[in-house]
Amino acid sequence: MSECGDCLGCGAASVVEFPSPLASPKIVALAGPPNSGKTTLFNRLTGLRQKVANFPGVTVEQHTGIAELPDGRAVGIIDLPGIYSLSPQSEDEQVAHDVLTGERADTPRPEAILLVLDSTNLSRHLMLAAPILGLGVPTLIILNMADDLRNRGGHVDVHQLSAQLGAPVALVSARQGEGIDEVFEFLASAMPAPAPMELPVLHDVPKCREWAGRVGSRASYRAPVPPKWTRRLDSVFLHPVAGPLVFAVVVVAVFQTIFTAAVPLMDGLRWLFEVSGKWVAATLPDSIFRSLLVEGVWSGVGSVVVFLPQVLFLFLFIGILEDSGYLARAALIADRTMARVGLQGKSFIPLLSAYACAVPAILSTRTIENKRDRFATILIAPFMTCSARLPVYTLIIAAFLPNRPVLGPFLGARAAALLGLYLLGFLAAVVTARVLKSSILKSGHTPFLLEMPSYRWPTMRSIGLRLFDRAKVFLRRAGTVILLVTVVLWIMAHLPTVNGKAPAIQDSLAGTLGRTLEPVIKPLGFNWKIGIGLVTSLAARETIIGTLGAIYGMDPASHQLGLQKALQHDLTPGGAVALLVFFAFAMQCMSTIAVVRRETGGWKWPILQFTYMGVLAYGGAFLAAHLIR
Amino acid sequence: MQLSGNNVQPEASFTTLVDLRRGDAATLDHIDLPGKDARRLMELGFLPGVRITAGHSAPGGDPRVFQVDGSEIALRRETARRLKVRLDKTHQAPGMP
Repeated sequence: MSECGDCLGCGAASVVEFPSPLASPKIVALAGPPNSGKTTLFNRLTGLRQKVANFPGVTVEQHTGIAELPDGRAVGIIDLPGIYSLSPQSEDEQVAHDVLTGERADTPRPEAILLVLDSTNLSRHLMLAAPILGLGVPTLIILNMADDLRNRGGHVDVHQLSAQLGAPVALVSARQGEGIDEVFEFLASAMPAPAPMELPVLHDVPKCREWAGRVGSRASYRAPVPPKWTRRLDSVFLHPVAGPLVFAVVVVAVFQTIFTAAVPLMDGLRWLFEVSGKWVAATLPDSIFRSLLVEGVWSGVGSVVVFLPQVLFLFLFIGILEDSGYLARAALIADRTMARVGLQGKSFIPLLSAYACAVPAILSTRTIENKRDRFATILIAPFMTCSARLPVYTLIIAAFLPNRPVLGPFLGARAAALLGLYLLGFLAAVVTARVLKSSILKSGHTPFLLEMPSYRWPTMRSIGLRLFDRAKVFLRRAGTVILLVTVVLWIMAHLPTVNGKAPAIQDSLAGTLGRTLEPVIKPLGFNWKIGIGLVTSLAARETIIGTLGAIYGMDPASHQLGLQKALQHDLTPGGAVALLVFFAFAMQCMSTIAVVRRETGGWKWPILQFTYMGVLAYGGAFLAAHLIR
Repeated sequence: MQLSGNNVQPEASFTTLVDLRRGDAATLDHIDLPGKDARRLMELGFLPGVRITAGHSAPGGDPRVFQVDGSEIALRRETARRLKVRLDKTHQAPGMP
């Protein structure tokens, strides 16, 4: 959990670091209901100058960023979680409430609030304006999605609304960039406190709704006609027959594309690392340092960085599905299946993002109000095939399985094997969820509520920013954890020295460690080299590739072979399947263990989870090694 | 907590959201759920007196999407069953927002 750790600190630090003529910049909070386009506006205002972290002590995500005003001044922006009201029912609402009222010691009280509301659903969204304005903090009310409102024949009188609410109002389209100037103008201004107005009793929802309706109609608000395209698309995507078909096609298309479209890019990166590695080797004089740099750093980090295109393709797909609004439909279609194992459609979104990485997935389980459902989702999330497993799977499958067509030109043998592994992880998750939900995490019924947003074209900007963020996290991991592990391993492989020279790999510290482990893993069909890989992959799964790359690179017997050939030399087909099964089940990820500890508030659950997954991994691999010869 | 928009009507004439088929519309009378759950539903627009239209559903009819107060919200059958409604006749029920 180093990259997205407990750092309000880094948010605050970057605020101070940023060049500003003011001693300390203003801090402004971004608040609004879910699906109001808050994140799009946040991206629009801050661009690349943003950070994702957690509020300290709680598990609510905190996005902080810097907006640069036209006059060069900087404003710190805190993006609060999406909320429907300020009456603290969930932890999200509690955090939003505490930040806005200045009750969180770790967060400076914002000097102003940007309240983002969906202008196409203003009468309902205006309900949130009552408690926000009641705080008495300077507030700009942003009516987002102005383009939608206009295109669908809606209307609102901004000046009249501003008069009704006693606060400035801006009509904005965060997607198009329309009206952003007005937001900057507000931020640059003296930011007046809202005029005292008569507000409804906040705990009375019908009264609040009545008030919102009255304010809206006085501002001659005319709701837009229902979105035509959303209705049309839903009659396909939620069709009893076509709906599930589309769902299946989407899932298969994602996997097939990751496997084919990413390959040329990965080959390009691999080539780049080979060429640059050779260049470094040729430039530097022969020394221990050169050996460390080329054999340790270059081949270790290089073999992981090569998988960046695949990771990015996966996040590209998740981004498109989420931003377009299809993900909510997928949750709807998946709900019955999830309910069968005791979970709910809301668990589907975290579990789907666990296919990219369990860490953000576990963080996103916050949207599940029911604590037991949330814990169950956290505990099964690491079974989902995360992107760190993908390089391991890809390597082993490519080494052992020729790519024959299975379903004509639509599905190759390798993609089918990969799909099978995804299925294996999914089944383990389902069975585990069932066991948990019928025993220690049994719970009563919570109402399942899922808002269906209108379909929208995803914007390049929003998806681009997310990809940039993911690439940063992935590369930082390759640059820190994986680099550290490869360097430690290189040192272990070169000690103890024999006559001032590196020992044969099997006599080195690493070799000794691997051979000590060998009796335990021999029944799984693994030798000591794989053993070293399993040890290093405890830090992060993909590390095994760098490790094996380094070990084979140093071993004279396999020095000339590529990684794939060397693996074929070392593993039987049964051992290869066993290794795949082991990786499908085992919890080899420090970041996940750390985030589970934080989310569940102690060591009890992560220890249980690690042990359970480890036993399952060993048992599964043992079976595989003995069934397949 | 029960929220009632109309206490005069006898319980027998109520039906629930589960009984609506796609395209059917009804007026919400009250939510038969604990206070916290009812409040969340109300924040999403399920207020007594509001008009609800049944929309698409997941395969098998559960959960179903309901159009309410300008949004589309999906509810499971077990929740929809707790929302007591009056089927819309030709005339509108009083107290519509």
